[in-house]
Amino acid sequence: MSVAIHIDHVIKRYDQVTIIPNLSAHIKNGEFFTLLGPSGCGKTTLLRMIAGFNSIEGGEIKFDDLVINEIPTHKRNIGMVFQSYAIFPHLTVRENIEYGLKLRRFNKTEIKTKVDAILKAVKIEEYQDRLPERLSGGQQQRVALARAIVIHPNVLLMDEPLSNLDAKLRVEMRSAIREVQNQVGITTVYVTHDQEEALAISDRIAVMQTGVIEQIGKPQSIYTRPYNVFVSTFIGHSNLFAGKIKVEDHKTFVLFQDGYQFEMDNLGAVTDGQEVIISVRPEEFSVQENGIQCTIHNRVFLGKYVNYTLTFAPGMVIKNQSATEFSQDLGHAEKVFEIGETMILRPNKAKVNIFTADQRMNLIRDVKQYE
Amino acid sequence: MNKKLLTWDFWTFVTISSVAVFGLFLMYPLFSLFISSFLDPATGVFTLENFSKFFSRKYYYQSLINSMWVTTCVTILSIMIGTALAYFMTAFKVKGKGAVEVLVIISMLSPPFIGAYSWVLLGGRSGIITQFLSDLFQMEWPSIYGFSGILLVLTLKLYPFIYLYVSGALKKIDASLIEAAESLGCSGIKKVVTVIMPLVMPTLLAGALMVFMNALADFGTPMLIGEGFNVMPVMIYSEFINEVGGQANFAAAMATLMVILTTTIFLLQKYVVNRKSFTMSSLRPMQAKGLSGLKNIVMHIAIYGLVLVSIIPQVTVIYTSFLKTKGQIFVSGFSLDSYRIVFDNLALAITNTYVYSFVAISLIVFFGMLVAYITTRRKSWLTDMIDTLTMFPYIIPGSVLGITLLLAFNEDPLILSGTATIIIVSLVIRRLPYTLRSSSAILYQISPSVEEASISLGASPLKTFFKITAVMMIPGVLSGAILSWITCINELSSSVILYTGGTKTMSVAIYTEVIRASYGTAAALSTILTLTTVIGLLLFFKVSGSRDISL
Repeated sequence: MSVAIHIDHVIKRYDQVTIIPNLSAHIKNGEFFTLLGPSGCGKTTLLRMIAGFNSIEGGEIKFDDLVINEIPTHKRNIGMVFQSYAIFPHLTVRENIEYGLKLRRFNKTEIKTKVDAILKAVKIEEYQDRLPERLSGGQQQRVALARAIVIHPNVLLMDEPLSNLDAKLRVEMRSAIREVQNQVGITTVYVTHDQEEALAISDRIAVMQTGVIEQIGKPQSIYTRPYNVFVSTFIGHSNLFAGKIKVEDHKTFVLFQDGYQFEMDNLGAVTDGQEVIISVRPEEFSVQENGIQCTIHNRVFLGKYVNYTLTFAPGMVIKNQSATEFSQDLGHAEKVFEIGETMILRPNKAKVNIFTADQRMNLIRDVKQYE
Repeated sequence: MNKKLLTWDFWTFVTISSVAVFGLFLMYPLFSLFISSFLDPATGVFTLENFSKFFSRKYYYQSLINSMWVTTCVTILSIMIGTALAYFMTAFKVKGKGAVEVLVIISMLSPPFIGAYSWVLLGGRSGIITQFLSDLFQMEWPSIYGFSGILLVLTLKLYPFIYLYVSGALKKIDASLIEAAESLGCSGIKKVVTVIMPLVMPTLLAGALMVFMNALADFGTPMLIGEGFNVMPVMIYSEFINEVGGQANFAAAMATLMVILTTTIFLLQKYVVNRKSFTMSSLRPMQAKGLSGLKNIVMHIAIYGLVLVSIIPQVTVIYTSFLKTKGQIFVSGFSLDSYRIVFDNLALAITNTYVYSFVAISLIVFFGMLVAYITTRRKSWLTDMIDTLTMFPYIIPGSVLGITLLLAFNEDPLILSGTATIIIVSLVIRRLPYTLRSSSAILYQISPSVEEASISLGASPLKTFFKITAVMMIPGVLSGAILSWITCINELSSSVILYTGGTKTMSVAIYTEVIRASYGTAAALSTILTLTTVIGLLLFFKVSGSRDISL
């Protein structure tokens, strides 16, 4: 009974303030779709519009072909998992899970079969007769998940379900959620501000900022081929350098301010002399004999890696970025550098991204904003 | 938020009904009172005559001065006694702390006029102590009547408020704050003055307001023990009763003055508290230390002495209820005559008390929860208005509320005077705000996502309220309701104005019996009332699982 969700040009306004100006997205049947963005980007607002807790001021949201704008929440047949778990504290685990089934007037034996099955699937059988206050956070979230899934909802909506859990449990619950979602094959919309979580769990991710979807794509494409500078710096770290395009004999080169250049054959439409931003992730550098020169400002040892904070010559890097970094993979490093030392780094030209000077667009050929 | 301005659902209905109820039973009567205070009794023309009459005759304006004077003294004394008791009970180990606390609460919850009248029994002109002292030592016991009597009775009845408020605040002070003060080189009395006092100050002021309002509005105590010392509520009552059948404009003018006075004080307190309010939560409350030697003995004597004096009225009442009486005079020996008379002649008062209080408390719980829901979860200018309206009963003295209701519903189209309805309405109006506040506090503790979870699972919002929200609220609301119920059965100041022969309640009956000098039956009734109070209190402890009383 799972459905596809079509979000067409929706608008969200509170009084005079527009939170979401005009947003469209299409979520496939059975897909695990994540809304990712900094706090205040409108991701929870959008989720609550799908749920029906927020009204829709323009455009429409459809479950398959059915417009749901005016359907009240309790008739939308959704399953929702909340950040605060929202377990009914006066009901036992089993009664919590039965709640939605009873409202749907299933008979007793059906209810029992369904609840038994889901208790097993989320691995909380042994706690079924306990009151929720005696469960840990992870167990409570399993109850919430079971309660939402057992009613076979059209869609499963999850609002930062893991953010109240500690780091280890978060990773464990992450796979539990994914596993259960795979078993049931239910369309899931998942909201989070944790990029690692989003990359690990999703089929596709929508990266949001100030009510606008900046990019929709598979986790890997979002990371390796971000559509714009916001996505490239929000997902993982990216070092941004000021650069220029040079076209010579039908070959395209990218030039750093200090004159270092390399040829790129995967760029789309660019012109000679065009100002660009060169975006290099910390792990895309390697220590070489020629490349760009920098001094080590600070050094943090992280086990697998050494993370260096770098200082470049004036004008090399774009202003107002958090830090310029290089992650040295200790598995292959020949030398660990000291603070104050100079090193020469070469970006991996197969990996770097080139953005327009206004930061809006990736110049690499065939990078799609909405995948 | 819905895009339509007004969606017609159950909650809209609740909102509009509560505006209607408060409008009809609170604003309209209050408004009638104000209007009436500006009308000439004979001609019905607009005049300031009623007010100038009040301020031009010493007999009248002296009662205002008296009221202010005795209320201020009661408040200061209560603060001193209550704060000291709270500090010693929290900071030091006191033997029998639980019992002390329960006795203090009982003395607070029983009706104040019981205190007044047992002190008359003890220290009045022919009281037990007075007789004893004059027989044995030819000693003159200072007069219990008038100012000193009111001061004694009201202080003993009201210091527990301060005690409860302040000890609640002291429990919230984290021990690390005091340790921090000590580590900075501050100790002893300086620590109390610079750290502890400022931290409990907002709570202390809130408690002081409660005491002030209660003392100012109290009718029973000055009526029974005040004698020549006239205070406002007594003056209003007697002027009003004297004029029944005629116009009550002068009483209305005095009532208006009273409302103006309480409103001013209320706003003043709110202003001061808002400026210095902060929240505290303690992970590690202060630990009680043991005192030793003389200090320890003195502290225990003082605390036990205080509790003994506070509980004497209840003990006296229970004792005298079993004395043999002949007509109105006590004779030697014990009997159950007083109870027999009560059950023969005053059974109706007992049933009335229970019926009215149960009806009232059911309505209070029902409305309280619904109204709390709209004011916390369905905010709009209308619900804000309801929220403000519900503040009024805090500041309107009981006798004034009684008069307003009587003035408003004494004629067509809605005649309620003399009915049980009007007494229940007055109980509901007076106590609803307390249940409302506690229900709102509970609602703020319940995360809205729990309701949303229920809705997402397919329950309509209304079903969700009754199946989830209300069920989660009930334990907290009920324990508060038990306390409200106790104050309902002990209510005198508005019932004494609203009652007629058929709608007499126990507290009214006690009052009339005392006035008729039938001390035996009054004592028997009071004993029943006290016993009910104690049972209610035990029920509260059981339901709430704690001894934290908030009124």
